[in-house]
Amino acid sequence: MLQHIVWTVSLALMLLVGFGWSFAMLRSGIREAEYAPLQKRAYRLRTRFFWALVAVFGVPMVYTLIDLPYGAIRPAEGAGAVQEVRAVGHMWRWELSADRLEAGRPVVFRVSAGDVNHGFGIYDPDMKIVAQTQAMPGITNTVRHTFVRPGTYRVLCLEYCGLAHHDMSAEFTVDERS
Amino acid sequence: MADPRYVPAPEHGASAGVLAYLATTAAVLLLMMLFGLLMRAEQARFIALGAQGFYQLMTLHGAGMVGIAGIAGAAIMWHFLSRYVALSARILHANLALFVAGVAMILGAVLLGGFHGGWTFLHPLPSHSLGLWSDAAAAWFLGGMLVIGTGFLLLQLDVARALVAGYGGFARALGWPQLFGRDDGQAPPPTVVASAMVTVVNIVGLVVGAAILAMMLVNLYFPEFAIDPLLAKAMIYFFGHVFINATIYMAVIAVYEILPRYTRRPWKANRAFLASWNCSTLMVMFIFPHHLLMDFAFPTWMLVMGHIIGYLNTVPILVVTGYGALMIVYRSGIVWDTASRLLFLSMFGWAAGAMPAFIDGTIRVNYVMHNTLWVPGHFHTYLLLGMVAMAFGFMYYIAKPAAQARDGLVDRAAFWVYLAGALGFVLVFLYSGKQSVPRRYAEHLPEWLPYDRLGTFFAGLVVAASLVFAGRFLARLAHARGGQARATVPVGAAA
Repeated sequence: MLQHIVWTVSLALMLLVGFGWSFAMLRSGIREAEYAPLQKRAYRLRTRFFWALVAVFGVPMVYTLIDLPYGAIRPAEGAGAVQEVRAVGHMWRWELSADRLEAGRPVVFRVSAGDVNHGFGIYDPDMKIVAQTQAMPGITNTVRHTFVRPGTYRVLCLEYCGLAHHDMSAEFTVDERS
Repeated sequence: MADPRYVPAPEHGASAGVLAYLATTAAVLLLMMLFGLLMRAEQARFIALGAQGFYQLMTLHGAGMVGIAGIAGAAIMWHFLSRYVALSARILHANLALFVAGVAMILGAVLLGGFHGGWTFLHPLPSHSLGLWSDAAAAWFLGGMLVIGTGFLLLQLDVARALVAGYGGFARALGWPQLFGRDDGQAPPPTVVASAMVTVVNIVGLVVGAAILAMMLVNLYFPEFAIDPLLAKAMIYFFGHVFINATIYMAVIAVYEILPRYTRRPWKANRAFLASWNCSTLMVMFIFPHHLLMDFAFPTWMLVMGHIIGYLNTVPILVVTGYGALMIVYRSGIVWDTASRLLFLSMFGWAAGAMPAFIDGTIRVNYVMHNTLWVPGHFHTYLLLGMVAMAFGFMYYIAKPAAQARDGLVDRAAFWVYLAGALGFVLVFLYSGKQSVPRRYAEHLPEWLPYDRLGTFFAGLVVAASLVFAGRFLARLAHARGGQARATVPVGAAA
């Protein structure tokens, strides 16, 4: 799952940063009187660090651009006829045009709002986000998603919209493919 | 090539204006931290404020923290920059007066008027309250933000004037002759370069912020003056992103100025430094679409630009500023005290916080992490462990009675409690984000409560340590005006 990878990578990078700081702090006690030679060595190392960073960060920066979630440019995954759902956010309820979908067939959610900004977040049966977009008045955002797992999915609001923002949810069921 | 020798500049005590800023920072910061603690306690179901109480606190916490970070950053920048250029103390005082007036308006709007539209006041929520607050309450909130922004704009215009008068223009203040020509070692000091960068981005950001606030105020009373919600969102996030980032870029001046005194090593603006700050000037302004990655209607090329700049933005933080802090401390013989510890920690917080931040700015990741607790997780890392540590570090430094003065056990303990509390606090946020817990929820599902309870505990540690930091500063306030040497001379270095 993407969230798990993100957590692990972030923690590893933060630990590496922490290691660098701890190293410098632990080695701060005895003074190297001449700063210029130390600076020279450190600048050489910094150049290598710079290029390592370019290589390590550059690859995921480009690679992750291959699969953008934007509805207009995202190809449909899965086979079969596309299932279309209209979702409109209101303070503080969701209006969904369908509440039963089929796994394995592409779904297109056309998302907008009737009043203020909302966030259309789809949670799987384990309560993990699988897709989202903003729901805005006057704008229709398109999410293309193909559900793999059957079960009960929830839609939560992911943009603060006032007093009952946390209560703004809806459910739909994804059935086994017939 | 910059001169590797170090000649300490004479110490100067803080002006009355800077001290007023710092005292305000101590008071407001503590209050806002307390609000944050109450919010986590509410989510953990330790207390029962109710949804409206939670969202009112959330609105105050957001607006208050952003504003007070600006005040703390401005105090640091003004204190050190006034050594190089002639700044107006009157404008400094006027900004604080406008800040206090704006805060009073916001407090009135929220506590008396019941406004709880969030500090990001996304249009059209302030004018669509379903009767929970009046248009007047929304106007007081938006007006308060506008008054605060106007004060900061005045301050930045004065800094711009002083930089132009002192250095003959922004190109020189940003070190362009040394960056694009021969590096003669005569580049402006880091404080001047940082102040010039902050001034460029903040003037643009504040003008855009003032424009959208004014538009929304007109819209409140004349709804036929329609505003595109996506344009409004883009303007708000542009202003918000630039302003909060500028607070760190102002506060880091404390690190550039103070760590060299503790280590007796220079931190000069060489070509890599200048390149990094000039790139940051552009990146801070053009990165803002990473707040709009889930707005599919926004131009895709701008969203991709936000994604790419998110990655690029880590380079100056890690390779130049962060690495510079490691270099200056490594084998320096530094004698650690609470000021130097906090300043060194702040660079860790900034660099470490950039990691989950740029990852969240990856479009594919944002698709499953946007507006979860991952977001406050990463920004609290570089604000709480970074920016706030810079502010407290500066307070410890400026109020230090003498170079030889040693910190007591309470101060040393407070530092480690702060570090443990802040680390625990942000890691709980990040882990909750991994678990898809949404941000800005007054009530959480039962399965999320263990994270909230742990988060509340760590938030309590942060508040307790901050009370010691702020209390120590206020108790030593009398020392802050003196010109005494403050930094302890490192072991093995000439005094």
